[in-house]
Amino acid sequence: MSATSKPMSPQRRRFLTDTARMAGGCVVAGSALAYLVSDAKALPAEALRPPGALPEDDFLAACIRCGLCVRDCPYDTLSLAELGADGIATGTPFFTARDVPCEMCDDIPCVAACPTGALDPGLTNIDDAQMGTAVLVDQENCLNFLGLRCDVCYRVCPVIDEAITLELSHNDRSGHHAIFAPTVHADKCTGCGVCEKSCVLPEAAIKVLPVRLARGSSAEHYLKGWEEQDAKGAPVVEGIIDLPDRLPGPGTDNLAAPGGFEPAFKLPGAGQ
Amino acid sequence: MSAKTKLPTGQEAIEVKGWLGAHRYLILRRLSQSFFLFLFLMGPWFGIWWVVGTLAGSRTFGVLPLTDPLVLMQGLAAGHWPELTAIIGALIVLAVYALIGGRVYCSWVCPINPVTDAAHWLHDKLGLQKGWQPKRSTRYWILGAVFAVSALTGTIAWEVVNPVTMVHRGLVFGMGFAWALVAAIFVFDLLVARRGWCGHLCPVGAFYGLLGSKSLLRVSAVDRAACDDCMDCFAVCPENQVISPALRGKPGETPLILSPDCTNCGRCIDVCSVDVFAFTHRFDNHVKTDEQVADKAA
Ligand code: SF4
Ligand code: SF4
Ligand code: SF4
Ligand code: SF4
Ligand code: SF4
Repeated sequence: MSATSKPMSPQRRRFLTDTARMAGGCVVAGSALAYLVSDAKALPAEALRPPGALPEDDFLAACIRCGLCVRDCPYDTLSLAELGADGIATGTPFFTARDVPCEMCDDIPCVAACPTGALDPGLTNIDDAQMGTAVLVDQENCLNFLGLRCDVCYRVCPVIDEAITLELSHNDRSGHHAIFAPTVHADKCTGCGVCEKSCVLPEAAIKVLPVRLARGSSAEHYLKGWEEQDAKGAPVVEGIIDLPDRLPGPGTDNLAAPGGFEPAFKLPGAGQ
Repeated sequence: MSAKTKLPTGQEAIEVKGWLGAHRYLILRRLSQSFFLFLFLMGPWFGIWWVVGTLAGSRTFGVLPLTDPLVLMQGLAAGHWPELTAIIGALIVLAVYALIGGRVYCSWVCPINPVTDAAHWLHDKLGLQKGWQPKRSTRYWILGAVFAVSALTGTIAWEVVNPVTMVHRGLVFGMGFAWALVAAIFVFDLLVARRGWCGHLCPVGAFYGLLGSKSLLRVSAVDRAACDDCMDCFAVCPENQVISPALRGKPGETPLILSPDCTNCGRCIDVCSVDVFAFTHRFDNHVKTDEQVADKAA
């Protein structure tokens, strides 16, 4: 082409500068938008997604912020995030357990309402929901941990005795009472937040957190010996010598606990 | 120049057709905007849930789904394949606006339009300067950027800031900070750029414009021979660049306003004292001939 030899026509030059200017503007504006959007991924910790919500990354691509789930929730659990007030994922549905928890409707109307599948229609049994995970965050104020029998969080749980149990242990302070520690089993907890809502303390000692905050993850290379042993039905390593364990008590060299005690029960499979 | 050109815009039309005649489509448009908003508000206000949801996605009478295709397409760009309900809803909306003109959404439905119209009205009253005028094509660039950002970040990007859905959601669900956006657009249109938001920046308008570029419903300058150059239509039209090609077309050139930017608001029909414009369909090319005009004058 001869474009290089001839001087550029004014229209052409104009067109090229305009295009460049627009493209530049778009890069700047686009980056600002992308920054806002990535910021939007940081929901406040107390904001829980409705049941069936896709993993947060997918959810933000799927939810068109229509509010149909909010409207169809019979308990007015859900609200739409407002610009400024609730973090910046504007318009997406969430709930705050301490205000209004999810009542775990059998027919899951919020999921049925969602037109895009941001709330996964594959969730048909509400007990499989994973809105979050309850965590007993404050043992120092939890009445049960203080040795009192409050038990409220345990008793209100819709998945009682599966998602949350009371684990008995000796009360060292009184010496002759028990501590009934509310204990959450994350694989059964739906994160509905009824426990957090019902905690009698001014600030709940049990809180439902998004799974990513509530849970650690176990590293692949850690094998649990007792599970391996159960699966195998024999010691994991053949011919291993079982050395005596250094338990406190008579006949051991642990002088810190003279007298010691016999453990009340043995951990299943724990070699002694 | 005759003295009447100094009359305020639309004055002559009011004198000829009466106030009502000169504001017909404006009134209908305000009614339509209120009607669509009211449909969504009947639920929260009176517990009549004919329509549930927002402009982004709704359900009418429990069966008819409607989805904003632009929002859904951002979701697609972000990598989510939606459920059938949302797709059907979007196809219905696409079909309707492809038929009656995409930017009918802008002038007859969008809740921001009354805000920008009000800003323009005040702008006129105060006799302010045009201000900064970004190119009208800017909105297409923004639209492109919106899709690019959606794809790159895997989110529905524009919904984080979109004042259109945000205000609508605010009205239906309770307003948070979204008032500030309304105020910002008002001030922007009033002081920074005349017709700045809808006319130059809004990617929603750009999208619906593209959608309706082949639409059936069109405004035509049927009686362009009667035009007495009062310029009132140019003054009221929110996208007045679309008028010249039709109105000033040479014999044989189409009188139809074919630009996708025309919002089918009908204000040009209202404001023209000699009734140059009329709604028609895109295959109706006819222009009133000089004889017909003469007959009318006689
Ligand atoms: S399961 Fe029921 S209570 Fe829970 S969010 Fe959905 S509709 Fe509301
Ligand atoms: S119904 Fe689905 S798309 Fe609509 S706001 Fe709720 S989660 Fe989002
Ligand atoms: S241009 Fe945008 S803000 Fe203006 S009326 Fe259209 S959609 Fe609404
Ligand atoms: S078409 Fe002509 S006469 Fe009618 S309003 Fe426009 S300029 Fe005035
Ligand atoms: S040409 Fe007429 S109908 Fe189209 S936007 Fe302008 S005033 Fe409205």
